[in-house]
Amino acid sequence: MSKELIRLVDCCMAYDGEQVLDNLNLYINDSEFLTLLGPSGCGKTTTLRIIGGFQKPTSGTVLFNGVRINDVPPHKRHINTVFQRYALFPHLDVYDNIAFGLRIAKLSETEISSRVGEMLKTIGLVGFEERKVSSLSGGQMQRVAIARALVNRPNVLLLDEPLGALDLRLRKDMQVELKRIQQQMGITFVYVTHDQEEALTMSDTVVVMDKGVIQQIGTPEDIYNEPKNAFVADFIGESNIIEGVMLQDRLVELFGRKFPCVDSGFAPREPVDVVIRPEDVDIVPADSGHLCGTVTGITFKGVHYDIIVDFSGFKWLIQTTDFHPVGSYIGIRLGPEDIHIMKKSKYSGMFGDYSSYSAEYDEIGDSELEPAESEEAPGYEE
Amino acid sequence: MKNKFLAGPYLIWMALFTIIPLVIVLYFALTDSVTGRFTLANLAAMKDYLPIFLRSIWLAAISSVICLILGYPVAWCIAQTGPKVQRFLYMLVMLPMCISFLLRTLAWVAMLEDTGIINSLIGRIGIGPLPLIRTNGAVILGMVYNYLPYMIMPLYTVIIKIDPRLVEAAQDLGCDHAQVFGKVTLPLSVPGIVSGITMVFVPAVSTFYISQKLGSSGTTLIGDVIESQFKTAYNPNLGAAMSLVLMILIFICIGLMNRFTGDDDEVMTL
Repeated sequence: MSKELIRLVDCCMAYDGEQVLDNLNLYINDSEFLTLLGPSGCGKTTTLRIIGGFQKPTSGTVLFNGVRINDVPPHKRHINTVFQRYALFPHLDVYDNIAFGLRIAKLSETEISSRVGEMLKTIGLVGFEERKVSSLSGGQMQRVAIARALVNRPNVLLLDEPLGALDLRLRKDMQVELKRIQQQMGITFVYVTHDQEEALTMSDTVVVMDKGVIQQIGTPEDIYNEPKNAFVADFIGESNIIEGVMLQDRLVELFGRKFPCVDSGFAPREPVDVVIRPEDVDIVPADSGHLCGTVTGITFKGVHYDIIVDFSGFKWLIQTTDFHPVGSYIGIRLGPEDIHIMKKSKYSGMFGDYSSYSAEYDEIGDSELEPAESEEAPGYEE
Repeated sequence: MKNKFLAGPYLIWMALFTIIPLVIVLYFALTDSVTGRFTLANLAAMKDYLPIFLRSIWLAAISSVICLILGYPVAWCIAQTGPKVQRFLYMLVMLPMCISFLLRTLAWVAMLEDTGIINSLIGRIGIGPLPLIRTNGAVILGMVYNYLPYMIMPLYTVIIKIDPRLVEAAQDLGCDHAQVFGKVTLPLSVPGIVSGITMVFVPAVSTFYISQKLGSSGTTLIGDVIESQFKTAYNPNLGAAMSLVLMILIFICIGLMNRFTGDDDEVMTL
């Protein structure tokens, strides 16, 4: 249905001998919302900058509509970028910022005026034309940055952590709004983020990267339900990752006990990583459980409790809506659908153990980009 | 509010050596040299010196513009290099300032004299001697040579602070290199340009040594006249009046310059 627009073939990137991208192969379809997701330093921003033309890959080919564009400078590409921290022109007001690209393209002032006006309506900032960008709040600057890019009607919009500096509430609103704009205008979005929830919410396709290598490409559902390795399982949501042995198709051994599962295609007695999502575990009385363990920690999370359960030395994270006090002895049951089997990888054993669990676990991933300004602190000082 | 006291020593310094002398200048400018009574005669006498005022402003303005034209590309180039090279180049710009101002100006005398280095060199290939010294050109040269670092420094400081992502954003929106410069880099360096021009113009307009050494009686600047009122003509009242008028002119010039940066931009002045 959709046709291919951008393709990266065997792209490598190295700075000072350090490999940032390692043989990246990726294609992006027309009108797709594709997200590059990974921790900082995984190469996602570099990939975006290669597509935008701000960096040339040390080797490999970048194709746009089948034409090689490695040597095409940014100003000749039909691609626009929403930069991290917006990069609005401080010497221009809101109107002139949005009109910047159209003026360079030498459109008539009437055409510019109507297109900027239309854009201001889309982003809900009508009446802000003459405002200095320094007097805008973070969310408003974000909207102007998006408008400044979209007003040029690019084929592709690149977004580099565009919501990173916004507070949580505003970020959620903007996620919905960006998705709406993308669908309404039918533009290809290539979105970079380290926030897995953002990626799952907005994307048609998620590309999970680590250390310059693509770990998995798929729909948000695929990535969440069928992670390819321990890195993806851990990075996308919370996962208990346990060593297991595949006895035969649809039968796996965990903690010396056989569990039916839905995966097949492994060698007999192949060691595997087993992912159990914290929300998939059913808690039952100790005498009727497949496994039994002691609760060692509990944190109230609003909708649910996070509890840590010690199963003979290996600690699991389980999410439950029922209260289980520390020290209680509980059982768990696992259905075949709750068990997901992954091949062993270089990430095996690195993730998925909650022995060193702290209540801040889900903040750790977000702390790499400190929110510098929030909606509540607009800089209105003249 | 203890911190306020930290500014104390400076405030005392300023009161002693800026405010009080200004009051003294004002007093001398408005009193008669013989009777000591209040008079506006000193200020009225200024009209005789109008051509000298105008020449001073004119030469200082030309010097400022030449400094800007020479200094901007240098500041821009330094800002594009790596941090280590930047420190080295910046030091090179500062280097002439380690040598005495008087010595640097005297060196130009030796170069430009009728029997100086340049004239004796071109004399060997049959040209000259050219009238290099005691011209407006020589005075401007002296000003540019001495004050160029004061132009490069603020320009460099401002250019280095321009967010490189703004340049990328401009490229992203369709600008080639020339357009990036014209639409983004140059407008964003206006505070540096204003600051640089101020830092060159103010000392240049009030200089006397450069014009005495490199100029002639036809290139006398207001600084020279003020100096002579105190040292040779023994009319401190007229000298004070001239200083006062010069100061007001400088304030007007700075005020005009700052209008260009707009009201709420970061304005850097002396």
